[in-house]
Amino acid sequence: MKIDVHPNTSLVVRDLQGWYAESKVIHGMNFEVHEGEILTLLGRNGAGKTSTLRAIMGIMRKRTGSINFRSEELINKRIYEIARKGIAYCPEERAIFASLDVRENLTLPPVLQSGGMTDAELFQAFPNLQRRASSRGTRLSGGEQQMLAIARILRTGSRFLLLDEPSEGLAPVIVKEIGELLKKLKQRGYTIILVEQNWRFARSVADRHVVVEHGQVVDTFTADVSNTDVSRVERYLGV
Amino acid sequence: MSKTSVIAIALLAVALVAPLFVYPVTLMTILCFIVFACSFNLLLGYTGLLCFGHAMFFGSAAYVAGWLMKTYGLTPEMGILAGGLFSAALGLLVGIIAVRKSGITFAMITFAIAQFVYFILLRSPFTGGEDGLQKIPREPVLGLIDVTRNFNYYYVVLAITVLAVFFFYRIVHSPFGEILKAIRDNDARVESLGMKPERYKLMALVLSAGLAGVAGAMKASVFQFATLTDVSFPISTEVIIMTLLGGLGTLFGPMVGAGFIIYLNEYLASFGEWALISQGIILLLVILFLRRGIVGEFNAWMKRRQAS
Amino acid sequence: MFDMISPQLLFGQLLIGLINGSFYAMLSMGLAIIFGLMNVVNFAHGVQYMLGAFCAWLLLNYLGVPYWGALIIAPLAVGAFGMLMERLVLRPLQHLDHLYALLATYAIALIVEGLVRQEYGSTGLPYAAPISGGMNLGFMFLPYYRLWVVVFSIVTCAGTWLLIEYSKLGAYLRAANENPNIVESFGINVPRMITLTYGLGVGLAALSGVLAAPIYQVSPSMGSGLMITVFAVVVIGGIGSISGAIVTGYILGLAEAITKVFYPEAATTVAFVVMIVVLLLKPNGIFSSEKA
Repeated sequence: MKIDVHPNTSLVVRDLQGWYAESKVIHGMNFEVHEGEILTLLGRNGAGKTSTLRAIMGIMRKRTGSINFRSEELINKRIYEIARKGIAYCPEERAIFASLDVRENLTLPPVLQSGGMTDAELFQAFPNLQRRASSRGTRLSGGEQQMLAIARILRTGSRFLLLDEPSEGLAPVIVKEIGELLKKLKQRGYTIILVEQNWRFARSVADRHVVVEHGQVVDTFTADVSNTDVSRVERYLGV
Repeated sequence: MSKTSVIAIALLAVALVAPLFVYPVTLMTILCFIVFACSFNLLLGYTGLLCFGHAMFFGSAAYVAGWLMKTYGLTPEMGILAGGLFSAALGLLVGIIAVRKSGITFAMITFAIAQFVYFILLRSPFTGGEDGLQKIPREPVLGLIDVTRNFNYYYVVLAITVLAVFFFYRIVHSPFGEILKAIRDNDARVESLGMKPERYKLMALVLSAGLAGVAGAMKASVFQFATLTDVSFPISTEVIIMTLLGGLGTLFGPMVGAGFIIYLNEYLASFGEWALISQGIILLLVILFLRRGIVGEFNAWMKRRQAS
Repeated sequence: MFDMISPQLLFGQLLIGLINGSFYAMLSMGLAIIFGLMNVVNFAHGVQYMLGAFCAWLLLNYLGVPYWGALIIAPLAVGAFGMLMERLVLRPLQHLDHLYALLATYAIALIVEGLVRQEYGSTGLPYAAPISGGMNLGFMFLPYYRLWVVVFSIVTCAGTWLLIEYSKLGAYLRAANENPNIVESFGINVPRMITLTYGLGVGLAALSGVLAAPIYQVSPSMGSGLMITVFAVVVIGGIGSISGAIVTGYILGLAEAITKVFYPEAATTVAFVVMIVVLLLKPNGIFSSEKA
């Protein structure tokens, strides 16, 4: 498959296959991510979007193919090695640690690269978290936990983010806030892969969309296309 | 005729003539441990439950059967039956306490209960404490057949072993056995299908304990004494090693494992600690490199050959 | 019955109970730390405790290193052995059913205990207490060394607990207990953390062994007898709960002692009776964590 590689590409995924134990969930993913863009992986439940993020991060251990990040091959690297290359992951379940308080949760990730946000900056950007700094992590509301999950990975200084369904289960007001946050991050030069089922939200922030079905990419389109050809999108999402 | 039947018949043929070449007591020991290993295999290999104190079923049945035979002159087959029933009841008790637990917790609990059983038997007057229960008589089988000679008794033990192994085979190839395997592979799935895994686990534990009891009671009648070693932790671990070495979840695995380990023990008996050390080494090597066991690896190799 | 028990007897037994409890607490704490992070029941714990005692004995009799040196060297040496074990045996098994790791630690225990017994025999070797004498409290005589053991174990347990609950390192450990993959995704070398934590647990066991050498005889089976009760402690306190392990350890030691005074035959079974009662009433242990 001939693919035009954009000059400013940071991540190139080729023929990615992945398994959870004996069951195969990724059947050959092919896509790239350009520096500074927000890309969404769209698709129905079970399409393989979360699995793809986990494969990139190294959490899905049984994987083959090529994951090329800024000219380095990640396919055989361990999770912490991948993280230290500058990729950060915010899982769907948020994974806030129950036995740590908010401050401990927030300051757990080490600073891997310079240029990330300092603790002071983070508390300023997320004032709720400052207020609740000594509460147990899981005592926060859903929205606050999502903010915490995103805030803590910003501490690492990594500028390539993998966000899995940040808007899931949250009130529209909070979802809007997250959208604003993502746009601000993009302005600061962050690159983001967003997995989303909420089409409206995805549309409002993303530059490009990749549609995933049965563990494969079935379509790619830019933001303007999604605005003009609504029916194409709706077909994929089963709306 | 199926492969299994061919192998079974071949093994039976060998077993029938074996005492002409090998010391009958050694053979009978192997037979007892084959039944013991089958019982353990039923629990771990087919239900996925690791009982870390299986000797409690083996040894307590040995004492109960021995005591009944000594005090009431019970014939061997009645004594063995009684031993099996006692262990099954003990299994029920253990199950009621432990069966709701999964994997590691179940192993720890059975470990601790087994220690408790050891202590009780150590203190009980009828067991003879450290000396053990000695001079257990061997009455004529069914009141008719004289079995004082080990050579003759071997065939009785062989018959019981064949029955026990056949019983084990029927269990694992029944609908009940299929459910056990499903529980081993995916506990939650079975529950979502509307069945209660705990009930089946309990049943498996009772059956396993009963079979282990039959093995223990047989051993008491073979050696004509029962000791604390029969309830001890080393026996619990021996059966684990035998079953893993032979092959978890296979029919013939326990036989291979039991034969191998009993022979190894006999061979190394005069080398001090080396019997135990080699057991440890075998267990470690099997866990790291041979998890399917000898028979399991053989089956996998056969499958690969057929596929190509 | 009650008026026949002298204060000497009662307090003497209580001291023994406190000593035993100290060892129960330290050993089950080590087990809890290892289990919390790795989900592995370290069946080699008793043997690692024994190796600590043997190390102290060897250091004294072959290198002339006294007790105080052994207190530092033995945990480091045995801890290093533990880390080797983790790298070579436990790490390859970590993605399989954790029962395999449990059995692997047991296999290593068999091998090590067998080798030690083969080399040194079954009888205990003597090890002189580094502090002699004691003080007469009137109602009992308190040997200095035993006082040292109790104080040291309380400090060790409390110190370890504080470290885990309040320090940054402890935060890494607590977080990795919950979700090691996510902690690793922050760029933290979790595999190395696991190796070091196992080494820490093993080192704690060996440290207990050094402490034990002057009190119980140094013998190959000194660990296995103790571990049986330690496992009961862990089940009662709740597998994976560090504070539960510590508290239950001391309480059980004292409970055993009191039973010994009033009903001696039952003393060894106290742990199991309590364990079975707890299992029936509160299956996850008294201070349960959600692990099991």
